[in-house]
Amino acid sequence: MVTPSDTTTKPDAGKPLLTIRKLCQSFPKAGGGQLNVLNDLDFHVGAKEIVGLLGRSGSGKSTLLRIVAGLARPTGGDIDFKGEPIDGPNAGISMVFQSFALFPWLSVLENVELGLEAAGVHTAEKRERALAAIDLIGLDGFETAFPKELSGGMRQRVGFARALVVNPALLLLDEPFSALDVLTAETLRTDFLALWAAGRIPIESMLIVTHGIEEAVLMCDRAIVFTPNPGRVTAEIPIELPHPRNRQDPAFHALVEEIYIQLTSPPTAPGGNIVQHPLTPGSPLPHATTNQMTGLIAELGTAQYEGKADLRTLARSLRLEMEALLLIAEALQILGFAELTDGNLLLTPDGTAYRNAGAQGRKTIFAAHLRRHIPLIEHIKQVLDDRPRHQAQVVRFLSELEDHLSKQAAKAVLGTAVGWARYAEIFSYDAKTGMFSLDNPSASGTR
Amino acid sequence: MGARQAIVPFDMGDRLALSLDPTNLPEYALRSTLRMLIALVASLVFALTYATAAAKSRRLEQILIPILDVLQSVPVLGYISFTVTAFIAFFPHSLVGVECAAIFAIFTSEAWNMAFSVHQSLTTIPADLRDASAVFGLTGWQRFWRLDVPFAMPGLIWNAMMSMSGGWFFVVASEAISVGDKQATLPGIGSYISIAIQQKDLGAIGWAILAMLVVIMLYDQLLFRPLVAWAERFKFEDTPGQIVPRAWVFDLLRRTRFLPFLLHPVGFALGWLRNLPIAGKFRPEVASAAGPRSVLAWALDFVWYAGLAALAACLAWQLYRYLSPNVSLAELLQVFRFGCETAVRVLVLIVLACAIWVPIGIFIGLRPRVAAVVQPIAQFLAAFPANLLFPVAVILILKYSLDPNIFLLPLMILGTQWYLLFNVIAGASAFPQDLRDASREFQVTGILWWRRVILPGIYPYILTGAITASGGCWNASIVAELVRWGGDTVRIDGLGAYIAQATTDGDYVKITLGVGVMSLYVALTNRVLWRPLYRMAERRLRLG
Repeated sequence: MVTPSDTTTKPDAGKPLLTIRKLCQSFPKAGGGQLNVLNDLDFHVGAKEIVGLLGRSGSGKSTLLRIVAGLARPTGGDIDFKGEPIDGPNAGISMVFQSFALFPWLSVLENVELGLEAAGVHTAEKRERALAAIDLIGLDGFETAFPKELSGGMRQRVGFARALVVNPALLLLDEPFSALDVLTAETLRTDFLALWAAGRIPIESMLIVTHGIEEAVLMCDRAIVFTPNPGRVTAEIPIELPHPRNRQDPAFHALVEEIYIQLTSPPTAPGGNIVQHPLTPGSPLPHATTNQMTGLIAELGTAQYEGKADLRTLARSLRLEMEALLLIAEALQILGFAELTDGNLLLTPDGTAYRNAGAQGRKTIFAAHLRRHIPLIEHIKQVLDDRPRHQAQVVRFLSELEDHLSKQAAKAVLGTAVGWARYAEIFSYDAKTGMFSLDNPSASGTR
Repeated sequence: MGARQAIVPFDMGDRLALSLDPTNLPEYALRSTLRMLIALVASLVFALTYATAAAKSRRLEQILIPILDVLQSVPVLGYISFTVTAFIAFFPHSLVGVECAAIFAIFTSEAWNMAFSVHQSLTTIPADLRDASAVFGLTGWQRFWRLDVPFAMPGLIWNAMMSMSGGWFFVVASEAISVGDKQATLPGIGSYISIAIQQKDLGAIGWAILAMLVVIMLYDQLLFRPLVAWAERFKFEDTPGQIVPRAWVFDLLRRTRFLPFLLHPVGFALGWLRNLPIAGKFRPEVASAAGPRSVLAWALDFVWYAGLAALAACLAWQLYRYLSPNVSLAELLQVFRFGCETAVRVLVLIVLACAIWVPIGIFIGLRPRVAAVVQPIAQFLAAFPANLLFPVAVILILKYSLDPNIFLLPLMILGTQWYLLFNVIAGASAFPQDLRDASREFQVTGILWWRRVILPGIYPYILTGAITASGGCWNASIVAELVRWGGDTVRIDGLGAYIAQATTDGDYVKITLGVGVMSLYVALTNRVLWRPLYRMAERRLRLG
């Protein structure tokens, strides 16, 4: 740790540490065919820089991180680390996990020593380096503790020490602070950045997946914005503010704003044209609940916003993560209740009508919008209408969805649709029998 | 000591001088205990290797798991006669063969469900820990010791403890085996009992029961309680509200300097073992199913399945050739009828046991202080080999000329009903307090409370208990449907009695037929009754 080993010899200046060219990743769909997760990805991580990956959920940023970590292999394209292709976990790349991924049966010291032991570092040196890392990351006194005894913040410090002790050239961080409360996350981030700025961490570069836009602007030298379906890079935003960065700085605000705009702008095709995706019955649906949507519409309608709100302000006042807020906003957009442009969320006239309606009126409006905008729900309704007994098995729709989506995604999409349709009373679903039907539970029923 | 005696020349039919003098009992008990221990270690090694093989290879998994399923359905007591003969053929003129056969019988009563437990653990290892071991460059071998084994440990130890309870039953049954006119007797508690039964010595039986109680108590206190307490550290997450198991032996050892001193070389040896250069580092595969590789995989699959099908067909043909000249259709039908009779008995007994133990278990489980006292007792009773008590039942039946069709039945479930009781207690103890409060708040009482609150709430536990109890019942039928006391025999018609009689007669064709049919019945009950019920429980009634 204190003595950088020869694995961290610096690459030639100007030569990127990690190069990714035309990277593609697809998974076999449950119903046959391929589901593209990453498409023609190009980017690099240079020497001495922190690169942030940002994007909506499902944009493939975690998939990319797994590929760089050597945990998954891409279906196409090249990925080079120090000029060598990555085909498995690499001794020069280490990782900090969102869930900490500590071994509960190993003490703090043993957890930190794990990577060294696997690398065959002999006992005395192993102990010395592990203790140095523990010391550096602020864990002294906790060496013999077990992860169960530690708070979340202390656990993630173990995660950092374990990742740093092997002297990686590239450190991957998968949403490292998102499982922590705000104060703890702030403390850890500040401590870590201070160590980095002081040059006490002998790593070359970092690649961080985050859904906190402010976090990205606080930490990164460059933010890369992904758009989903399939995941592509739509923007690269250099962040050249000096460390330590100040959240109140107008330049900081401007960068946060710019990333918000990039994240909410409609996807553009390579030629610069806006891509319009009309929904099909097999399209994925954002997993937002009707209560969340109603809540967001109500918030937008308050005097504070009067139908138009800046997403960043909204996220702050609702204490929502950007990713979660975007999911609900996207649901409102596809249902025609709101529009998402340039970092703003605008209530449509239909959205206002929904807000002003009573409980039953809301259901009616919601039902009309579901049938107009969500082809899957209209499709299920049609099938049920056509059947003499107005019933259909869930497997029927699942297998249809699996032609377009993975098994898991198909289940999730159908779950979302069922949740919406139940609220709108378009059709009902009995989980016990796996049966869709048009009738409500009869009053004489026993359950 | 056992080894010295084991190499003494011995031929089938030789009677070993076993004395009913109670002063011999400590030595006999020690021998039985050693057999248990050897079988336990063997089961442990088996479970870890077998389950790991199944978890690492999809093709192996497709064959190993069904085999385990079948093996679990075969009644252990049914094939003891075969294994005794086989092991004696391996080690002629010495007791080693008989010794191995007894250990093997205990092994088979423990190994299968321990292997299932490990496999279950290995398939549920959290993805982030697997990723972490890959990212930090652990080899497959290192990962096995650092991740797989520790993660499987709590389940494995709990299962070992439960299987051990069953194991005592088989120690008693397997130490004194007679196949036809041949007899093999090993010095141990089991053979002590069997001689006491032959000589109608009630006092000796009393001593044996006492010795058994002491041995089980020691095993529980000195081995399993400390192990369970130790395994706590391997538990992946703390479940709130659960009582942390305590063991005075473990606390004592932990407080002294003795344990670290003792364990230091063990830790050193394990460190050396897990860092041996065996198996490579993790290499990811392309997720895509398309491409030429899948054609090869498809071809390999085809060859693999064709091979398996051929093997199965070959075995079936061999079995048919062995049985067909010696078994008439009438005999076959009769065996199936016996099977039905035993199946009905098992079901009736399970229903009766549920009717008795479910309310009692709920009553106890909802009172934590009572449960803390009763739970270890129930566990202890489950471990106590019920076959020790059979002579008492026979004496009573003979003395009062009772109808064996009714009074032999309780023997079948005597040993296994406790599994039901302590599962129900465990379920009721784990029933969430807020649900109890809510039902009290809405004044849900009486029948409604049973139907809507507590029974659905603990249903998975009842089911687990009933499944274990029913498996034990089938096994017990072999010793419970035909019971001896000296020269007197009490029997009822059934598949168990059929197998027992065939074993006494040394009729291998009938034993094969009986065991095969019983396995079929057990497997069928599992498929058509228990598994669908369990799946429903998993889907709808799992709390949390």
